Amino acid sequence: MAIKIMKNFFMRVFSNIFKKKREIKLGFYGPPNAGKTSLANRICKDFTGEEIGSVSKIPHETRNVQFKEQVEIDYNGKKMMFKMIDTPGIATKIDYEDFLKYKMKKGESKKRAKEATQGVIESIKWLDDMDVVVVVLDSTENPYNQVNITIIGNLAARKTPVLIVANKIDMKKSDIKRIEAAFPEYDVVGLSAKYGTNLEEFYESIFKLAKKI
Amino acid sequence: MKKSVGKLKGFTINFLPYSEIRDLDSTKRIRKVLDIILDNSILILQGRLKPEEETRLIEDTMSMIGHLKNFKGVELAVISGNGSNGFFGKMRMRFANAISGSDFGAITIIGPATIVREIKRNPKKIELFLNK
Repeated sequence: MAIKIMKNFFMRVFSNIFKKKREIKLGFYGPPNAGKTSLANRICKDFTGEEIGSVSKIPHETRNVQFKEQVEIDYNGKKMMFKMIDTPGIATKIDYEDFLKYKMKKGESKKRAKEATQGVIESIKWLDDMDVVVVVLDSTENPYNQVNITIIGNLAARKTPVLIVANKIDMKKSDIKRIEAAFPEYDVVGLSAKYGTNLEEFYESIFKLAKKI
Repeated sequence: MKKSVGKLKGFTINFLPYSEIRDLDSTKRIRKVLDIILDNSILILQGRLKPEEETRLIEDTMSMIGHLKNFKGVELAVISGNGSNGFFGKMRMRFANAISGSDFGAITIIGPATIVREIKRNPKKIELFLNK
């Protein structure tokens, strides 16, 4: 009996020392070109020194789900470990001709469109695996877009905690109030991923949401 | 056999009452919706699809792009009508929705992207912009 108690005690002590901290799977979702990768990059750069992926003005730059594991966010004396999951933008239509406007060649555009369609499917498949989701919206655009509503509706059905980010607040046309009015039952944080503006409120909200899981 | 969606010569508007899809499972429901769209029609559906059916529709749409000639995806919008009916109106609506599993007060508009360029919406109005 005494041996068994001692054995359990040592097992617990050693497993606590060597086991990895539990990671919270934090997904970045939204329509194309809203700034998902820019925001994920900003966070990863601040806490790991490395970025998660490349960004571009051409839509559908992220065409595969990208990860960064063991990202420990240290904010206001609190620490939490995250697995950052940056997903391709979700769209209901993809036309290769749209990429030609960015001076891409036809073959390259067709390839990008094909990869983008697969990226959308991959993003949707990952919805089931998220602990917390940040829905990144471009605050200069109309938020009453069915893609936004569908993403948020799916997360609500799965009872996944959601934070809405109104990105690009540095732009003249930015309107956070419009996003707040469109999704009154969610917390909305306005920020600029490009310039790192208002990330404090973002971290505060993420910590609050992460505690709910 | 490869199906193809031809260049726009004309289109029809197809109204689908919810009773037409109520007894179908998700796969058949989406199939029915896609069949109408692939026939160069704009679909006006009474009610709305479930959230997981909406994403399934997007997935199926994405897998068709590049496989069906001239198919570029869809434009869709859902207008939900249970906003301002007062307390009892909302309760009645919720009860009806709980029984049916759908939002009866909603209308879903889905059209092929070759015909519908954009559906602009705000809480008060919805505008359909068609391709020339």
